[in-house]
Amino acid sequence: MVDKLPPKQRTKIPRQAMPEQEACQRAHNFDEVNLGLTEAIAQRESQRCLTCADPKCTHGCPVGVQIREVVDLVREGEYLSAAAKLREDNVLPAVTGRVCPQENQCEGACVLARRFNSLAIGHIERFVADYERKTGQVGLPERAPLTGKKVAIVGSGPAGLSCAGDLSLKGHEVTVFEALHEIGGVLIYGIPEFRLPKEIVRQEVENMRAMGIDFQTNVVIGKTVTIDELFNEEGYDAVFIATGAGLPKFMNIPGEQLAGVYSANEFLTRVNLMKAYDPDQYDSPIYDCRGRNVAIVGGGNTAMDSVRSALRLGAKNAYIIYRRSEEEMPARGEEVHHAKDEGVQFMNLHNPLEFVGNEEGNLTGVKLVKMELGEADESGRRRPVPIEGSEFVMPIDMAVVAIGTGANPLVQSTTPDMATNKWGYIVADEETSRTNKRGVFAGGDIVSGAATVILAMGAGRVAARSMHEYLETGQW
Amino acid sequence: MFPIKESRFLSGDVKLFRVEAPRIARKRQAGQFVIVRIHEHGERIPLTIADSDVEQGTITIIVQGVGKTTRLLNQLEAGDAILDVVGPLGEPSEIKNFGTVVVIGGGVGTAIAYPTAVAMKQAGNHVITIVGARNQSLLILEDEVRATSDELYLMTDDGSYGEHGFVTQKLQALIDQGRTIDHVLAIGPIPMMRAVAEVTRPHQISTIVSLNPIMVDGTGMCGGCRVYVGKECKFACVDGPEFDAHQVDFTNLIQRNKMYRDREQESLEAFEADPTHDLEEAHHCQMEQRFPEVGPRTV
Repeated sequence: MVDKLPPKQRTKIPRQAMPEQEACQRAHNFDEVNLGLTEAIAQRESQRCLTCADPKCTHGCPVGVQIREVVDLVREGEYLSAAAKLREDNVLPAVTGRVCPQENQCEGACVLARRFNSLAIGHIERFVADYERKTGQVGLPERAPLTGKKVAIVGSGPAGLSCAGDLSLKGHEVTVFEALHEIGGVLIYGIPEFRLPKEIVRQEVENMRAMGIDFQTNVVIGKTVTIDELFNEEGYDAVFIATGAGLPKFMNIPGEQLAGVYSANEFLTRVNLMKAYDPDQYDSPIYDCRGRNVAIVGGGNTAMDSVRSALRLGAKNAYIIYRRSEEEMPARGEEVHHAKDEGVQFMNLHNPLEFVGNEEGNLTGVKLVKMELGEADESGRRRPVPIEGSEFVMPIDMAVVAIGTGANPLVQSTTPDMATNKWGYIVADEETSRTNKRGVFAGGDIVSGAATVILAMGAGRVAARSMHEYLETGQW
Repeated sequence: MFPIKESRFLSGDVKLFRVEAPRIARKRQAGQFVIVRIHEHGERIPLTIADSDVEQGTITIIVQGVGKTTRLLNQLEAGDAILDVVGPLGEPSEIKNFGTVVVIGGGVGTAIAYPTAVAMKQAGNHVITIVGARNQSLLILEDEVRATSDELYLMTDDGSYGEHGFVTQKLQALIDQGRTIDHVLAIGPIPMMRAVAEVTRPHQISTIVSLNPIMVDGTGMCGGCRVYVGKECKFACVDGPEFDAHQVDFTNLIQRNKMYRDREQESLEAFEADPTHDLEEAHHCQMEQRFPEVGPRTV
């Protein structure tokens, strides 16, 4: 047992920085940017924890990870026990340690944050999960005796995986269906290698396989098999729909059909899932960015992922075009800073009016208008207003539209007796995840609209609890 | 893994595969397609389902070897397997009793038109089929199409078989003869489909074409297959692949399909120069099929 420092001394330790690849180097490779804490740094950081009697950090976590206990175990050098503790609440710790917006969740709630920098909970979480992975001794939680109930999970993203993990532990027989050829949903096709290496996701999926979960790729629920067929022909007792919000939005401005204009989903799928950045090894093509000008429209994490991918594909100039100012940007601060360090050029307060092309139908430029911020709108953010006469055309060779996504209608359209709202999202009770259709639960982005990995995982856990109750009692 | 139960060449570079995919076989309707990936480093390509057999649990796909992936596929044989086959995707063809229906297939497009011709016949239509190809050796499914057609016209560009001329000339001739045509379905190369649209447009004959844009996931997620139909943006994978020929922006479709032409050419040349690596990889997949991984452990 390592002695705990008195609180005063603990607060004197500065927050430990995450070692990272040099910006000039990482801007040209797809290797992970953050290198991970060393044992020594993790130890020192864990000393900073005030071990609050009522840990605010856990309340700030959408899946309620027992953070203080985990940090205590890290301080004592009990890393594998810390990992096992993490897994009690979180099936994807190596993932969430990397991609959670911790600053708004656990770390945002941390008592230290009021006067000092918050504890680096995300970094510690990642350290623990990585340590466990490297030892190969994954402390899988014990599974309850088999119940004989069969559950189908539709979609293998964070919501589906976390629901699958919890239900499997309760002893239910769980099958996860995925439309693509690889398990992980947005973790695989959406988040780039340099932020979340795919090996990490694969390892977590392997752990879940070892827990007894069955994964089936290449099955499009709603097309290959409908929800009703899952019950009637394949014998499932309950279904959880976690298909996410994957329908790309476009701006509906002239020229959007030009060759060279991508949705963020297509661009990132080609880069991440299909490994288009490695054309010697992989067949899936992507527009040749080398020496070209690339513009990404949007200010969220997806826009940051896209612009940093374009840089790594060799773009000469990679721009973010965002209609508000940096203050309003929805992307995580860390991602914006990483992008800036790597050389991304931010054109805030600019809005695209039109894409311009040549007679072959290829993109050659984008017509922009400068914006200024007016009065606050219903969202509480100041409304961007175009500045008259400020239009100009900027030459670009490729554009990525990253302005958000909507609900994919595939499952809903073949399940007409399940209620959806006017935007096509599935209507499900917040507390129980129940839809209006018996035995069918839904959660994650397909209910809430596009959100974060951890919120989706939280929704998966809520659904798992509620589904377990339904499977046990049979009451709807 | 999706085992290949049967494979045979129908013409020079057009090959038929019967692939074991029971779930897809059960659901598939005329006009729908699958997305296929051959090995771990391969791309995802859409291919129309030509036929299916629910009892055998197989689907039939017919592939013309034009790019790297289709040529690699055409080197696989019965006993091999395809790594990923996902579907059935897309909306089925609209099948009803229109009266007299002209089904036009150009080249390998005949394979796609064929199941719709069968369904149209079953729905009670008088089915006139026009099949076109550059020359006799490229004509496929003649017997099958003949069996399902009330009238069959075979056209070759060089006159080596059937009648000399394009499918549009035959269609025009039928219209000029005063034949009543209630509905036209044309599937083949984009210039052919566009030409058919121009023949039927002045006569306001409802005409449907099946589009083949670049596609990644096939489920409405990537938006890469967007096509413009009457100024509206549609996703061919979920809204199509069949659309009103008179509304389609064919020029844009051609331009977008050219997006990766250079890369595709390079890739094809490298494959033609030395296909060993890709073939080995495709066969490696088959090895996994023979020696499947140990199933999930129960803790």
